[in-house]
Amino acid sequence: MKRVVITGAGTINALGQNVTETLAAMREGRCGIGELEMRDVDRLAVKIGAQVKGFEGEHIFNRQQMALFDRFTQFTLVAAREAMAQSGLSFSGELSAKSGVVLGNSGGGMQTLDENYRTVYEDGKNRVHPFVVPKLMNNAAASHVSMEFNLKGPSFTVASACASSNHAMAQAFQMVRSGTAPVMITGGAESMLCFGGVKAWEGLRVMSKDACRPFSANRNGMVQGEGAGVFVFEEMEHARKRGAEILAEVIGFAMSSDAADIVMPSKQGAARAISGALQDAGVNRDEVGYINAHGTGTAANDKTECSAVADVFGPHADRLMISSTKSMHGHLIGGTGAVELLACIMAVRDGVIAPTIGYEEPDPECALDVVPNEARDADVDVALSNAFAFGGLNAVLALRRI
Amino acid sequence: MSVKDKVIEIIAEQAVLEPSDVKLDNTLEDLGIDSLGLVESIFAIEEAFDISVPFNANEPTESDFDISSVASIIAGIEKLIAEQS
Repeated sequence: MKRVVITGAGTINALGQNVTETLAAMREGRCGIGELEMRDVDRLAVKIGAQVKGFEGEHIFNRQQMALFDRFTQFTLVAAREAMAQSGLSFSGELSAKSGVVLGNSGGGMQTLDENYRTVYEDGKNRVHPFVVPKLMNNAAASHVSMEFNLKGPSFTVASACASSNHAMAQAFQMVRSGTAPVMITGGAESMLCFGGVKAWEGLRVMSKDACRPFSANRNGMVQGEGAGVFVFEEMEHARKRGAEILAEVIGFAMSSDAADIVMPSKQGAARAISGALQDAGVNRDEVGYINAHGTGTAANDKTECSAVADVFGPHADRLMISSTKSMHGHLIGGTGAVELLACIMAVRDGVIAPTIGYEEPDPECALDVVPNEARDADVDVALSNAFAFGGLNAVLALRRI
Repeated sequence: MSVKDKVIEIIAEQAVLEPSDVKLDNTLEDLGIDSLGLVESIFAIEEAFDISVPFNANEPTESDFDISSVASIIAGIEKLIAEQS
């Protein structure tokens, strides 16, 4: 089996329009959640979100590209360009033929759907722009990344709601580890902060109207975010030979399915994914110093997740740190695991643990070290990133300092 | 603006050219407009003139709508406007 390292990272999210800005915000414990700016916001009950502000695709992409790029594709390409630039890779010949792109995404081109449903249903028009389909399809972003960087190997999009990015990165990891591909571009994106997207989530009554406070006793729900995270996963010898900067090693993953309920999380399903990732990575539980939690800020997720962590880690659960950065960048749904992997990279590479902000009251059902409100310096060898999706689909990744 | 000038403006925008660079005997291929560009141009033409253009991208040469040159497109649009107004 090959070893897999990360040689490039890129992002855009409510905390920043690149990795440097995002990690600085996580260190400072800055909150990217604010008042939503969108059409018909007065008709929404939930008026907050972690929107990417000050981003105009028109300044980056030309008119023909804009006609084809939904906002989630724009986010993906911005993040992919940053990751590729950092990696220093370019693809031709056999490297191009074997390398691919696997991205996570849940809603596809929601902005495009929303705008065009308005056109035909609300405005009563009978004609839509010819690129509606290629713009809204969930694989649009992966396809445009493949075209921009000449990636001709295995490429597709994974949709497993809030675990999409983790499932995607697990696929990419497997392909590099098995020797199928020398390099895989991976991560995910989401752009659901449009009227229809927020309205749909409102219906489920799991959204907070004021703040995302994971693990806090007074937490009252999740807050949606948007953006993208993209990484370059590369076979370690390939990276070493060309003298690439290595950000971290990906050492294992596991996936599990609760097979129980379409929305309620299961402690057993989460615990099986966490312990499976440790087993796959070949690490002992006491080597894990940090977990980036799924930590949505809902009553059900946070207590179930803490209980699963306590079960898997036993006494070591009280010594490791677990934080939810969703308190800062919101829940990016299909893109969330990708942005959260940045916090894991920061933990193992820089020795900085991103905090859970908005933490106000201890909850006896979440009695772990959740790194409340302030970032912390710590020496971490192994970090995990949890994602537990609606539908009971779980995926956990393990990173190690290199 | 005449139908001819408007159609040329739409085609020029698609080709990323100045309208003065679009000649009546140009084919879409001459102008670098591919099949996706053609479909987008037809959409823009339908929007501009509020007409429906009978064009199926699966069989572009089978349509009544002749896209062999800029001139034939303009003539086709003028005919459709007359028929559909």
